[in-house]
Amino acid sequence: MAKQVMPGVLALRKVVDDVHKDAREAKKRGELVGWSSSKFPCELAAAFDLNVMYPENQAAGIAANRYGEMMCQAAEDLGYDNDICGYARISLAYAKGVRVSRKYDPETGEYIIDPSTGKPLKDADGNVVMDEATGKPKKDPKTQTPYLQLDNILEIEALPDGPEKEKRLAAISPIRQMQIPQPDFVLCCNNICNCMTKWYENIARMCNVPLIMIDIPYNNTVEVGDANVKYVRAQFDQAIHQLEKLTGKKFDEKKFEQACANANRTAKAWLKVCDYLQYKPAPYSGFDLFNHMADVVTARARVEAAEAFELLAENLEEAIKKGETTTPFPEKYRVMFEGIPCWPKLPALFKPLKEHGVNVTAVVYAPAFGFVYNNIDEMARAYYKAPNSVCIEQGVDWREGICRDNKVDGVLVHYNRSCKPWSGYMAEMQRRFTADLGVPCAGFDGDQADPRNFNAAQYETRVQGLVEAMEANAKAKEA
Amino acid sequence: MSAMYTLGIDVGSTASKCIILKDGTEIVAKSLIDVGAGTSGPQRAIDMVLSEAGMKKEDMAYTLATGYGRTSLMMGVADKQMSELSCHARGAAFLFPGVHTVIDIGGQDVKVLHIENGTMTNFQMNDKCAAGTGRFLDVMARVLEVKVEDLGRLGAMSKKDVGISSTCTVFAESEVISQLAMGTDKCDIINGIHRSVAGRVAGLAHRIGVVPDVVMTGGVAQNSGVVGALEAELGCKINTSPLTQYNGALGAALFAWQAANR
Repeated sequence: MAKQVMPGVLALRKVVDDVHKDAREAKKRGELVGWSSSKFPCELAAAFDLNVMYPENQAAGIAANRYGEMMCQAAEDLGYDNDICGYARISLAYAKGVRVSRKYDPETGEYIIDPSTGKPLKDADGNVVMDEATGKPKKDPKTQTPYLQLDNILEIEALPDGPEKEKRLAAISPIRQMQIPQPDFVLCCNNICNCMTKWYENIARMCNVPLIMIDIPYNNTVEVGDANVKYVRAQFDQAIHQLEKLTGKKFDEKKFEQACANANRTAKAWLKVCDYLQYKPAPYSGFDLFNHMADVVTARARVEAAEAFELLAENLEEAIKKGETTTPFPEKYRVMFEGIPCWPKLPALFKPLKEHGVNVTAVVYAPAFGFVYNNIDEMARAYYKAPNSVCIEQGVDWREGICRDNKVDGVLVHYNRSCKPWSGYMAEMQRRFTADLGVPCAGFDGDQADPRNFNAAQYETRVQGLVEAMEANAKAKEA
Repeated sequence: MSAMYTLGIDVGSTASKCIILKDGTEIVAKSLIDVGAGTSGPQRAIDMVLSEAGMKKEDMAYTLATGYGRTSLMMGVADKQMSELSCHARGAAFLFPGVHTVIDIGGQDVKVLHIENGTMTNFQMNDKCAAGTGRFLDVMARVLEVKVEDLGRLGAMSKKDVGISSTCTVFAESEVISQLAMGTDKCDIINGIHRSVAGRVAGLAHRIGVVPDVVMTGGVAQNSGVVGALEAELGCKINTSPLTQYNGALGAALFAWQAANR
């Protein structure tokens, strides 16, 4: 039976599709389209009716579509070191015009199919059809895809109009993340990480567009001091001034207030959705949360995002009442997944979890996007706190709170080669989780976007070890 | 009642080990083949252990596989597979009942296990880097033109401290070559290598906390130089057993016995 998708999830998908569609159409109309870091105060851009795209979200999508390695390598060819964040590498290559494209025969214009792609062909009874010549399963032609290659949109656009230009444009991968318009301005807030600053400076220079920067220094105390708030407020004012200059429009306070109201409504609904993971068994998996993050990143100032999350919360409430879950296996263990997933390796990431009945019921990355505030000072304070801009005490407190509320049996930590600040303090955090919560923790090496940094066999051993330790803990508690 | 025999198979990245256990207490036979996952090693190790015991596979009440290649034995050879983490914990607890910390240095990974009442409750493993693993020592032995099994003895003859500061296997190899080119005594270099491995493994062990009794398992535990350097780093005694290389297989055979009795 086909998997039933909740109406809230469908609504969320539409919101993100619309964000992309609106930006593409705005660009065609000659309007400005910007690129923004995920935790830049989007309310400011919304006050100017600006269409904004999100390179982090885009890079995650590109990686999940298995284009991460090609794009990362393209960035390395441009001179960027492979130690730099995978999202940054993908985005920088994209900013330079690099696109993943389908290979075609120049004579016929037909795409050239890669015989290694595709799912096994099944007969009417659902049995895999074997190829007698090779002794291997036959491939379902409907699922086979063309060879991929890199092209460059800037080169294509410079071509005279004609069939070659058309073919090359049409050959660019149709996924929405490969169809994002080039930026006319960039919005950067380094609360999410400091690599962001250089990443956006590079895009601005590469594309010769203005950079609007909001600097959030690392916060070495749990509280955000008044001087820090003042510093950020002043930068909000400066950003507004820059946006006025850029758009030629006056700052519209009413639109800003509406955007803030929408963003708060989205944040509250989003946090409510996150909280449903506290139920045992959970009505969905933390991996679903990662997918829904696209909305909270790209559309949190849109009323449609708030409505979609509210609808999803209603759906989850219903699911709880009916005892249903979208997790495709019985939940035996509950873990916190720490860090960004390895997007290019999601099936490999999920496989041993499913095998051992491990549901991800806690993630700190998701609720970290739930900015709730009542006035502009509180807004500055809210944006001051992001997973990588807070001190370890605050970071541990957030995570241990979620672990307790969401009743986890263990912690699975992604040592993400792309994200040094995040991964760097995880060894100490792991030690504290075990000491404070009494749960085992397992760490594995990987990367949010570059598949070359993940080893499935190593990961499987660590997950199995974690499961065996959780089992031993449960038995010890029973005894 | 007749005796019950269980078979534990540890298919590592560089070696395949088997143990046949009688009634979960007595080691009847053991085997070791110097090639691991993806080779003929596992089958040869199984054939060898059965031959040594004078038994057939059908005589085994239960077979449990562990190690890097454990899943490959689930097609008709083993009844169950478990991670090498739990198996090393169980094996060490069998040999040293007071164990709380197990340090296992295998062919391609290093693990530090925390044990409570004979069961693993938490663990730490190395990252993707091969530094500090058995493979690191293999590479160094090759450059130094000595046998891996002689490293401990030769390192003990060192008279001067030589620092091998690179943690990367490739760079450490270059560093060793430079030292050799400068005419540094091999024994001093070997001692430096042992201390380099011990420093890296101690860092991992400190993350999880070192609680005595400490037991070291895996092939590298046969190298008295690494064991001694690690004792100095951790400031505590490290127990080893002549069965160290078989520890994972022993744990697997013990779990097999437990499963057979369920």
